[in-house]
Amino acid sequence: MSQAPQPPGAPVVRREGREKVTGTARYAAEHAPPGCLYGWIVPATVPGGVVTATRTADALAVPGVHTVLTPDNAPRLEDPDDPILSVLQDDRVPHRGWPVALVLAESLEAARAGAAAVRVEYRTTGHDVVLTGDHPGLYTPEQANGGHPAVRERGDAEAAFASAPVRIDATYTLGGLHNHPMEPHASTARWADGHLTVHDSSQGSTTVRDSLARALGIDKDHITVISEHVGGGFGSKGTPRPQVVLASMAARHTGRPVQLSLPRRYMAAVVGHRAPTVQRVRLGADREGVLASVSHEIVTHTSTVAEFVEQAAVPARVMYASPHSRTAHRVTALDVPTPSWMRAPGEASGMYALESAMDELACALGIDPVELRLRNEPAAEPDSGRPFSSRNLAACLNDGARRFGWHERDPGPAARQEGPWLLGTGVASATYPVLVSKSAASAHAAPDGSYRIGVNATDIGTGARTVLAQIAASVLGTPPENVRIDIGNSDLPAGSVAGGSSGTASWGSAVHKAATGLAGRLAGRTGPLPPEGVTVTADTARETGEESPYARHAFGAHFVEVAVDSLTGEVRVRRMLGVFAAGHILNSRTARSQFIGGMVMGLGMALTEGSTMDPVFGDFTENDLASYHVPSCADVPDIQAHWIDEDDPHLNPMGSKGIGEIGIVGTAAAIGNAVRHATGARLRTLPLTPDKLLPYLP
Amino acid sequence: MDPTPGNDDADAAQVPLPGTRSTFSLDINGTARTVTLDHRTTVLDALREHLGLTGAKKGCDHGQCGACTVLVDGRRANSCLLFAVAQEGARITTVEGLADGDRLHPVQAAFLERDALQCGYCTPGQICSAVGMLGEAADGFPSHVTPPTATTVPEGPAALGAEEIRERMSGNLCRCGAYPHIVRAIEDVAP
Repeated sequence: MSQAPQPPGAPVVRREGREKVTGTARYAAEHAPPGCLYGWIVPATVPGGVVTATRTADALAVPGVHTVLTPDNAPRLEDPDDPILSVLQDDRVPHRGWPVALVLAESLEAARAGAAAVRVEYRTTGHDVVLTGDHPGLYTPEQANGGHPAVRERGDAEAAFASAPVRIDATYTLGGLHNHPMEPHASTARWADGHLTVHDSSQGSTTVRDSLARALGIDKDHITVISEHVGGGFGSKGTPRPQVVLASMAARHTGRPVQLSLPRRYMAAVVGHRAPTVQRVRLGADREGVLASVSHEIVTHTSTVAEFVEQAAVPARVMYASPHSRTAHRVTALDVPTPSWMRAPGEASGMYALESAMDELACALGIDPVELRLRNEPAAEPDSGRPFSSRNLAACLNDGARRFGWHERDPGPAARQEGPWLLGTGVASATYPVLVSKSAASAHAAPDGSYRIGVNATDIGTGARTVLAQIAASVLGTPPENVRIDIGNSDLPAGSVAGGSSGTASWGSAVHKAATGLAGRLAGRTGPLPPEGVTVTADTARETGEESPYARHAFGAHFVEVAVDSLTGEVRVRRMLGVFAAGHILNSRTARSQFIGGMVMGLGMALTEGSTMDPVFGDFTENDLASYHVPSCADVPDIQAHWIDEDDPHLNPMGSKGIGEIGIVGTAAAIGNAVRHATGARLRTLPLTPDKLLPYLP
Repeated sequence: MDPTPGNDDADAAQVPLPGTRSTFSLDINGTARTVTLDHRTTVLDALREHLGLTGAKKGCDHGQCGACTVLVDGRRANSCLLFAVAQEGARITTVEGLADGDRLHPVQAAFLERDALQCGYCTPGQICSAVGMLGEAADGFPSHVTPPTATTVPEGPAALGAEEIRERMSGNLCRCGAYPHIVRAIEDVAP
C-alpha cells in the first residue's frame, strides 16, 4: 500500500464525488425496471371535507392509463406508525393537497394526463388555516418535537421581568418554510417472489423498511429499502413520506414495478414544512446587561392529521444564565398540511427570536452585543443544571469578532452609507444539541488485506461514506482507500436516520466499535486469514441507552455585513463568517461545505424564503421554486466557516458533535441584526424583503 | 437495475393515437439515437426514461431550478422545457458526454477538487451550465452585471470574476448551498 493512514480531520475527497460529477450516481427515480408503471398523484383540491365521488372513467380512457387507485380499490393498510402514511384508506380530506387518487400508466405523459382526467367530487366543510397568536384552538401539548417538555419554569420569570430595570418584550413572527431538497421525493417499488424492493429518496432506509412492514402488514425480512444517493432532504425525508407507501401498494396491486415522483408543486402539501411560529420573548436584565429573567413563549400550528410542535423555545433552555426562566409551547391543529422537521427544527426558528431579542437588549443598554452575550455565559446548562461537556460559545464569539474585524464597529444605527447603500453588521449565537441513536455495523477483513464496512447510513450530501471510511481506517491503521464502505441499504446492519445532526456520531460509533473489535480479533491471530475473512459486528444499544450526565451541545457565532439599498429596500449580504465549536471535525473538506450550506439556508430564511398561507384557498401560496425563493448563486457572497477544535471526552469515540444543522441556527438573526444596524429599523418578521423595509428607509 | 438502454421499444405496448407519436433521431453526446416518442415527451424525459441517461435531473419540471440543464448546439438549455420531437437535428450534450473517457472535463474536475457539491442532484446541471456559460463568455455575451462599457460581441471575451460567475450561474439552484465552492471551481477553470 502506497498511501499512509490519514490523520483525523483530513480533507479526504468525498467518495461518490466522481459519480456525482459525471452523472452516474443514481437516485430513487433512476432505477425504473422494464415494464415499470408511472404513478401520478391526484391531490385534493379543497382544503377540508370528504370525497363524495371519484369518477375514473375518463382517466381510464386515456391511452396508456393502466389503473386508478382510490379508497374504493386501493389495498388496505394496517394502522401506520405515522398517520400521514394512511393514504387512500378513507374519504376524508384533512387539507388541500392530500392524495385522493393515484393514476398508474405506461408513461409519465399518460399518468399526468390521466390524473388530470380524474373527476373528484367533494362535500366541503369549513376550514381554518390561519395561525394567530390568540387562536382559540391553542393548547399546551404534552411535548414538543424531540421529546422536550412543552413547558419549563425556573424561579418566577414573570415577577423577575416586572422588577427588572431593563426590559425587552418583543414578538417575532415567522411564516412557514419549505425544505425543498433538489431531488423531489420519489420511490420505485418492485415486488418479486413475495419480496418488496424499494428505491426510496429517504434519510434513513431502515426506518422506511420498518414503517412499510407495519403499514403493509408484512415481515421486515421481506422488504429491502435502498437509498443509495439522496438529493438532499433537510428533514423532509427523515421519516417515510406518502409516496413510498403509494408506490409500494400500487406495485402490489398491479403486479408491475411502479415509479412515483412528487411534482415540485405538490411537495409543500405532502412532505412537511417548518411550521409558522409567533414567538414572544421577554428579557429582563440589570443595567450591566446581566439577565435576571428569560421568557420565550411559542405559538405554532400543526395539522389535524398528526401533532408536530416546533420546539422553538428549547434553545432558551441552553443559551444564557438567568435565575428566572419560562419556556413554553402552545399549538393549534389547523386544516393545514402536516408540519415536520426542517433543518434544525426548533433551534433555527427559536434562535432567530432569542438572538434578535439579545440584540435588542444590547441596543437598549448600549452594550456591545458580543460583550452582552459573554456577560451571560452560564456555568452549567441553565435549565437542567447539568455541567456542559464542553461549551465554547465565548471562544466562537471572540474568535469570530477578531476574524471579522468586529471591534472596529461603530455601534450607532444608520450611520454608514456608500452611495445608495446603507451598511451594517450583526452578530448572533448558534447552538445545536448533540444527538445520538442506536446503530449497528459490520467490519470485515479480507485475506488480501482490504477491509469492508457495512452500516445502513444514508449520505444525503453530507459525505457520510467518506467520513465513516475515515473512522474505520483510523481504527484499523490503514489508508481510507483500503476500506470499502457499504451504506444506503436496509439489508445492512440497521442504521439510524440521517437527521438531528446525529449521523456521524450514531453510525460512526457503531463503525468504530465494529472496527475496534475486528482489530482486536486480527491482533490475536497469526498466519493468513481464512478464505472467508474475518467479520465482526457490533451495535451501540448499550452506549446510546445511557443518558449522559453532561449537557452536550455544539455552539457557534455568526458575523454578517449587509448593504441595504435605500432606494429599493433590497438587502444584500456582503460578508458572512461563522465560527463553530463542534468537537473534533472529522473531515475538514466536507465539514466546511456543510457549515457553509447551513449558513446559505439561513440567508434564505432571512432574506428570500417566504411562504404564505392563503386563508381562502387553504394552501401555501408559494409552492414552487419560481415563487418560493431559495437563495440563488447571486444572493450568496463568499462565506467563511471556521471552527475551534474541542477535545471533549464525553461525546463518542471520535470526539465529534454534529455539524449538519448548526450553520442555519442564528444566521437569520445575525442578518436581521445587521439590517437594524444599517437602517435603524427593527423588523420582527422574516423574510426581510424590500416591501417590509421600504417604509423605514430615508 | 439499470434503466432500459436504447430506444423506447418497451413502450410499444401503448396504443398510440394517430399523430401523437413520431419516430425520429436525436443526436445525444455525438451518437444518433432513433426514438419513437410521444409528442409530449420532453428532452429531459427522453433522456431519463427512454435513453438510460439519468445524469440530467428533474428538480421541478418547470424550468425553475436548472437541474435538467444540458447543452443544445453548445448553448445551455433547460431540457424539461424542450419537446424532444422538436430537437431532431440538434446536438445535445449531457453531463455524461463531457468527460473524455476516464479523463474528467476540467469543470467536472474542478467541482470535485473544490467540493462544489453535496447531495449531487443539482451538480450535473451546474456543470453543464458552467460549461455553457464559459462558452457564452468566450463569445462575448454580456450578463446583467457586465458594465455597459465592457466587451460585447464581437469585441472579445467577457472577463469572468466572481460577481459575473454568480450572476451567470443563478439559473441553477443548489439547496445544499454549495454556491461559494461552485464559484471557486468555475474561477479555477475560467480563463
